Amino acid sequence: MRFARFWWDFVVGDDPLAALGVAAAIGATAALAAAGVAAWWLLPLAVLVVLYRSLRRATR
Amino acid sequence: MSGVFLFLSAFLASAVEMVEALTIVLAAGIARGWRSSLTGVGAAVVVLAVVVAVLGPALTVIPIDALRLVVGALLLVFGLQWLRKAILRASGLKALHDEDAIFARELAEASSAEHTERAGIDAYGFTLAFKGVLLEGLEVAFIVLTFGSTQGNVPLAAAAAAVALVLVAGVGIAVRAPLARVPENTMKFAVGVMLTTFGIFWAAEGAGAHWPGDDASLPGVLAFVCLASFGLVRLLRVPRAKTVAA
Repeated sequence: MRFARFWWDFVVGDDPLAALGVAAAIGATAALAAAGVAAWWLLPLAVLVVLYRSLRRATR
Repeated sequence: MSGVFLFLSAFLASAVEMVEALTIVLAAGIARGWRSSLTGVGAAVVVLAVVVAVLGPALTVIPIDALRLVVGALLLVFGLQWLRKAILRASGLKALHDEDAIFARELAEASSAEHTERAGIDAYGFTLAFKGVLLEGLEVAFIVLTFGSTQGNVPLAAAAAAVALVLVAGVGIAVRAPLARVPENTMKFAVGVMLTTFGIFWAAEGAGAHWPGDDASLPGVLAFVCLASFGLVRLLRVPRAKTVAA
C-alpha cells in the first residue's frame, strides 16, 4: 500500500485532476486518430487548459 | 535535433536532482559523520543500479507505439507537476527553492536527532543520505529510462546523467557547501518545459496522431509550451507575492 502510495505521489503528485485531464485528452486524441481525423493539435491545446486550471486551483 | 533535446533534458533534470541530493548528503555528513553519510549514498546507488538494470531491459521489449503512449502519458503528468511549480515560483506565488535554507534546516534537524549507532554507522545519518539520494535518484532514473528508451538511445540519456553527476559531485567536493548559486529555479522551469514537450509529442504519437513533419515538429511543440508557460507566468504574476504551500 505504501509502495503504491509512493508511486502515486511520485508520478501524479498533488493534482489528480490534472492527471485525469491528461488521460482524457490522450483518449480523445486516440479516438480522433482512429476516426481518420488529424489529431496532433488536440493534446497541446488540452495541456494548456489542464495547466491553466491546475494553476488556478493552486492559487485559489 | 531530438538527440540534443534528449541530452539537454536528461542533463538538466539530473543536475537539478543531484544538487538537491548533494544538499542532503552534505547536511548528513557534517552533522552525523561522513562514514554514515557516504555508506547511505553507496547503498542508495546500489538500489538505483538494480532498478535501472531491471527496468531498462524490460522497457526495450515493449512495442514502440505502446511505449510512447505510456511513457508520453507518464512524462506529461510528471512534467506538468514540474511546470506547475516552476510557473508558481516564477510568478511569485510560491517560495523559490533555496538550497541554503534547506541545508540549514536539514543540518539543524540532523544535529538534534538522537544518536543510534550500529556497526559503527549512525542510523540517522545513513537513513538521511540513503533516502535523499534514492528519492532524487529515482527521478533521474525515471527520466533517463523513459527518455532514453522512447528515443531508442538509453546510453545517450545515461551519459547526460553521468556528466551531470561528475559535474555536481566535483563542484560539491570542491566547495563543500550547498550549490546555492546554481540557477536551480530556472533549470527546473527548463526541465518542466522539456518533460511536457516530450510528453505531448510521444503521447500524441502513441495515441495514433501524426505530427506534421514528424520529428521536425518537436521544436514547434517546444516553442508552444515555452510561450504558454511564459504567458501563464505573466497572467499569474502578482505585484505583492503571496506564497502558496509547497
